[in-house]
Amino acid sequence: MAGELSTAELENIANKLRLHVVEMTYEAGSGHPGGSLSAADLMAALYFRVMRHDPSNPQWEDRDRFVLSKGHVAPVLYAALAEAGYFPVEDLVSLRKMGSPLQGHPVRGKVPGVEMSTGSLGQGLSMACGIALAGKMDGKDYMTYCLLGDGELQSGQNWEAAMFARQAGLSRLVAIVDRNHLQISGNTESVVGLEPLPEKWKSFGWNVIIIKGHSMRQILEALDRAQGSSRPTAIIMDTVKGKGVSFMENNAGFHGKAPNADEYAKAVSELKEVIQ
Amino acid sequence: MTGQKLAQRNYYGKALADLAAERPDVVVLDADLAGSTKTGDFQKVCPERFVEIGIAEQNMIGVASGLAASGKTVFASTFGVFASGRCWEQIRLAVAYPKMNVKIVATHCGISVGEDGASHQALEDMAIMRVLPNMTVISPADAYEAYAATKAIADYKGPVYMRMGRSEFPTITEEGEEFVIGKAKVLREGSDVTLCGCGQMVCYCLDAAEELAAEGISAEVINVSTIKPLDADAIIASVSKTGCCVSAEEHSIIGGLGSAIAEALCSGPCAPLERVGTRDTFGESGKPADLMAKYGLTAADIVAAAKKSISRKG
Repeated sequence: MAGELSTAELENIANKLRLHVVEMTYEAGSGHPGGSLSAADLMAALYFRVMRHDPSNPQWEDRDRFVLSKGHVAPVLYAALAEAGYFPVEDLVSLRKMGSPLQGHPVRGKVPGVEMSTGSLGQGLSMACGIALAGKMDGKDYMTYCLLGDGELQSGQNWEAAMFARQAGLSRLVAIVDRNHLQISGNTESVVGLEPLPEKWKSFGWNVIIIKGHSMRQILEALDRAQGSSRPTAIIMDTVKGKGVSFMENNAGFHGKAPNADEYAKAVSELKEVIQ
Repeated sequence: MTGQKLAQRNYYGKALADLAAERPDVVVLDADLAGSTKTGDFQKVCPERFVEIGIAEQNMIGVASGLAASGKTVFASTFGVFASGRCWEQIRLAVAYPKMNVKIVATHCGISVGEDGASHQALEDMAIMRVLPNMTVISPADAYEAYAATKAIADYKGPVYMRMGRSEFPTITEEGEEFVIGKAKVLREGSDVTLCGCGQMVCYCLDAAEELAAEGISAEVINVSTIKPLDADAIIASVSKTGCCVSAEEHSIIGGLGSAIAEALCSGPCAPLERVGTRDTFGESGKPADLMAKYGLTAADIVAAAKKSISRKG
């Protein structure tokens, strides 16, 4: 989708995705709103401006690929795919319900636009390496994007993949870290610390870009710079877990908990206020 | 009856090298053991489609999954303990669940790995692979069958786990013989007991049948090289005739071929089954032949099991 949407329009789409996330998790009575909300701006930028893709042809072989390593934020991926036209927006409320293709964590083959099955943390970057490597072998110029949670970087497999990506010269691979600082048990630095995180990626030979993850301008600039890199790129985006819903912001409690009726009403009214 | 001694992994390497020319979609991955698993034979003729992953089996499975998602037929090899165990949950999520076209081919399985000891002797791999939905599990009987099975799994679209041994052992199939996934083969007909083997134990089943024949006992021998999907029809047909069964595998009696046959028999004819395999134990260092004897994996052990199975017939 060679979109020409403005920064303001993309920000508006991000908030629409947030509204979907709140509605979907409320309807499901479970799910992961916090990390979905922190990633909404990035998802809007990818699916509505940056990625080369065609919702009417999900298997297009030259499409850019997106792998959701932090599979628990499936709601924001499904919302982006539906808004982009992969399937009807009305289907979103079937999230997590029996018989729905919108499983609690993404499943390849069930939902158009979902590239890989994820949900067990720490595996997506390896899969993205494989996709990027296939592109390199076949002389394709598609980009492979992988969204990672910060907490999941505690898993060693990510660093196996990071080492491999550099060795294999996967310059068209972009890892985006949603650095919202919170995991189930609290702040990442009090669980098992990740800092200095940029230095870790740099020492693995990656091109590292640090941005504010709710600045659409910075997201777009970073994704643009990543495309010209001769090395794999890690974009570490500083974000707020629960961004856009006041009482969910910086609240680890909403990592994996749906809003109740009162919270839902409050969240919807907050988001509707900012959506054009 | 049996042919020359050959190592399965050499024929795996040979098959991969042949596939390099025949199949431009084949990509081979290894975790720093290409010289031992013989994927190095593919690397020699097709370096551009060989990927050295390093000692990182979990990443290997993820990379394999991503390559398969992009249309490649992927072979990923290392030793059996690591190929099945180190990355079991990665195989579950990234290969088995989405039915990826990934062939995990393990060498150095079983106690005949020998001197390296228990850390390197895969005796549980078939159990933990067989339990995964969508997974096909194969243990070829000899080097020729390893070659044919490699070709067959390259043609099959979906996840496969194939195990092979380290050492040389006698061939019992013909070079060029057809291999069909999921099809067991009766190698010797008999009427008193059915001997079902996989891997090198098929050869010892044939030896056991000879010894039994000398004592007037007629044993039917079946090569069950596909453990999943099990050719239950062939096994049940045989056991319906003989009235009892023995399974023989270079693997724990828990979860592998013996368990698969027990599952088939419990919903078919209720016949005695004796399982030859390691008995809920780890291995140890030693010479392969000494270990096979110590852990009850010889033709004599199969003979004893056959007699016991026959004695239990109602």
